Amino acid sequence: MSLDNQSPEEVLSEGERVMNICNACRYCEGFCAVFPAMEKRLQFGSGDIRYLANLCHDCNECYYACQYAPPHEFQINVPKALSAVRQQSYKVYGWPGIMVSINANPIYTLIMSVIVIPLLFLLAGVLTKGMGGLTTAYGDEQGAFYQLVSHSMMAWGFGMVGIFIIIAMIVGWFKFRNDTDPPDKLMWPDVKQAMLDAITLRYLGSDGDGCTYPDERHSTLRRSFHHFTFYGFMLCFAATSVATLYHYLFGWIAPYPFLSLPVILGTLGGIGLIIGPIGLLYLKRVRDVEPTEPVQTKMDITLLVLLLTISVTGLLLLFLRETAAMGIILLVHLGLVMGLFLTMPYGKFVHGLYRFGALIRFAKEERES
Amino acid sequence: MQHDIIYDVLIVGGGNAGLCAALTAREAGASVLVVEAAPKHSRGGNSRHVRNLRCMHDAPEGVLLDSYSFSEYWEDLQQVTGGNTNEELARLTLQESGECFRWMMKQGVRFQPALSGTLQLSRTNAFFLGGGKAMLNSYYHKAERIGIDIEYDTAVTELTIEDGKFHSAMVSHQRQTIQIKAKALVVAAGGYQANIEWLRESWGDAADNFIIRGTPYDDGKILKMLMNTGAKTVGDPAQCHAIAVDARSPKFDGGIVTRVDCVSLGIVVNRDAVRFYDEGEDFWPKRYAIWGRLIAQQPGQIAYSIIDSKSEGLYLPPLTAPVTATSISELATKLNLDPIVLEKTIVAYNVAVKAGDFNHTVLDNCQTQDLTPAKSHWARRLDTPPFFAYPLRPGITFTYLGVTVNNKARMIMQNGEPADNIYAAGEIMAGNILGKGYLAGIGMTIGTTFGRIAGKEAAHSVIG
Repeated sequence: MSLDNQSPEEVLSEGERVMNICNACRYCEGFCAVFPAMEKRLQFGSGDIRYLANLCHDCNECYYACQYAPPHEFQINVPKALSAVRQQSYKVYGWPGIMVSINANPIYTLIMSVIVIPLLFLLAGVLTKGMGGLTTAYGDEQGAFYQLVSHSMMAWGFGMVGIFIIIAMIVGWFKFRNDTDPPDKLMWPDVKQAMLDAITLRYLGSDGDGCTYPDERHSTLRRSFHHFTFYGFMLCFAATSVATLYHYLFGWIAPYPFLSLPVILGTLGGIGLIIGPIGLLYLKRVRDVEPTEPVQTKMDITLLVLLLTISVTGLLLLFLRETAAMGIILLVHLGLVMGLFLTMPYGKFVHGLYRFGALIRFAKEERES
Repeated sequence: MQHDIIYDVLIVGGGNAGLCAALTAREAGASVLVVEAAPKHSRGGNSRHVRNLRCMHDAPEGVLLDSYSFSEYWEDLQQVTGGNTNEELARLTLQESGECFRWMMKQGVRFQPALSGTLQLSRTNAFFLGGGKAMLNSYYHKAERIGIDIEYDTAVTELTIEDGKFHSAMVSHQRQTIQIKAKALVVAAGGYQANIEWLRESWGDAADNFIIRGTPYDDGKILKMLMNTGAKTVGDPAQCHAIAVDARSPKFDGGIVTRVDCVSLGIVVNRDAVRFYDEGEDFWPKRYAIWGRLIAQQPGQIAYSIIDSKSEGLYLPPLTAPVTATSISELATKLNLDPIVLEKTIVAYNVAVKAGDFNHTVLDNCQTQDLTPAKSHWARRLDTPPFFAYPLRPGITFTYLGVTVNNKARMIMQNGEPADNIYAAGEIMAGNILGKGYLAGIGMTIGTTFGRIAGKEAAHSVIG
């Protein structure tokens, strides 16, 4: 059964059914955080199930190790059941409701963010600058990018949207925090532990074996490709931050030289964001179908394609920025970034947010037990 | 499936013992075919449901804490078997057990420290990370890597054995019957606990009410074939290892989750709503294995563990929610028991309970007075609704009857001579060492020890 024909209640009750059987077995308790967290509970409310679902890294170890996996009559498939719950939890925690509804189908989100928004940006470019303006080659010294889109428009446009998504994600964060437990204070040791677990991807087999992904053999590929993606993203984020400081603090106007800090950071990040998403997309393609939740996969693909297209256009922009192709590439790139921004709080991107929150809660529970 | 070649070693059964034999024989240079009756998803027999290996160690080693000496292990074995063991083979098993642990790791099997609910075993037993199926996966991956042929869904239908010499086997594979020739045979096909017909020979109609905790593929057909060709048996055919399991469990393959852990916290009544044994005789891990037999001896082979709300949260969560009621008579009605008799049983029990300091983690002083049967520990009145009940049935783990082997894992014939080229390992010969009772994790130790010996000896007999 897939999410397509399951109601939210059915998804939750399947998660609860599975966790109840797992809690009577406990053979998987050495694999990851989900099972020790499960063992601390005798009953599972909806918040508990969503917490456990967001702790799950979808590594599949428990599926291949399970004596009750299909076709056994218990039909235990933890990665699939928890993926379904996790995917729905993004809707439960998402804010505002209208944006959640618009992003309800990951395929529409994909079309909107990768095709429609970039096209709208191009259209706006043609309407304001004409085809000629769009295909003119500018030199670096002229602040080429801003010949096409003024800096204030870029800063305001992305700034406003940026503030909106930050607010949306903060709301989501608090909804998650309030769902799984009575609100409590964040404690530094728990946050520190969660950060360590997150940046090392501890639960994707950081002990060296990796995880059982894409099939029942152990492999470190997924963890490596995720590292490329995550650290690539962080480097790009750092590049943008440094460039913002350059602009406002020192009045240095982009484009920056090839050997400047923002460009070096952005280039390395862009390379990571090409290798990582391609690798992860490849693994999804060859992954065993049984433990996979199809809607989750569509959601994953949407984010990966967005990241990949952003990094490809970003690097193209770097190398072709003095040519007549710059205008079109810039607008497509900006359109893709806008597409990412607008869909971020409602798609796969938030897995980092809620997983981090779940890891903090787990660290707290472990510390107190 | 290639049937025109003659394998050096044919291995029947793809569980722990079979794979240990296959890996060892292959590493010694033999060509090996493993035939497994189950399809791939259910491969590995009862090893799919196991969790740990009991091994001796003189100092902390890996996940094994402290030490577990040979003499302590030996005493534990003597205690559970009551001396019903082949001393030579038992010594061999115990001595090899530490090496089994190291060898398994070399094959890629991963271990974990004992955690919740199993802490009492963390000194004596090494736990497989993810349990038996994960362990089997590691074996199978290694087997594929080093070129062992494996055929699933392939059951042996006939063994051609003359005067203790194996010639060939007929197997059914994809609706065809195929002859397989091999120079040596290793049988690692388990017991016969999934063969209800066979169980009926000793248990009569009661066998119909048994739940088989493990694989449905342990039908004992191989054991029967060996017996029919002159193998010398070992172990009492009337005995089996059975525990109390939830009566609502699947008929086969329910595994660990079918256990019910609250027996010692309340009382147990039979179909007539009366008690029949001391529920608080000792800690549950030391007593669960006698309850299978106790329930098998009750009318209809059914019993009911009854607790009240005071016991909630004191036992491991069960597979299925208990039958719940706010009064004893309501509970009786829901369980199809006579409400008047059940009330009488519980009133008599409640009256007999003496005041004490309840502590379910020690052998406490809460007991009954002038009650037959007595409850020796953890006796508290059943007086706080809601009341909970778990229906119980005997759940069979394994049977004791098997074939006799020597210290080379060679099967012994009725005339006392070893078979020419037939070896046995695992549950099918565990009765040599474990004539009675059970010691957690020793099934794995026997299977691994004799699987490795069988693989090595079979390979050496063929290729020198």
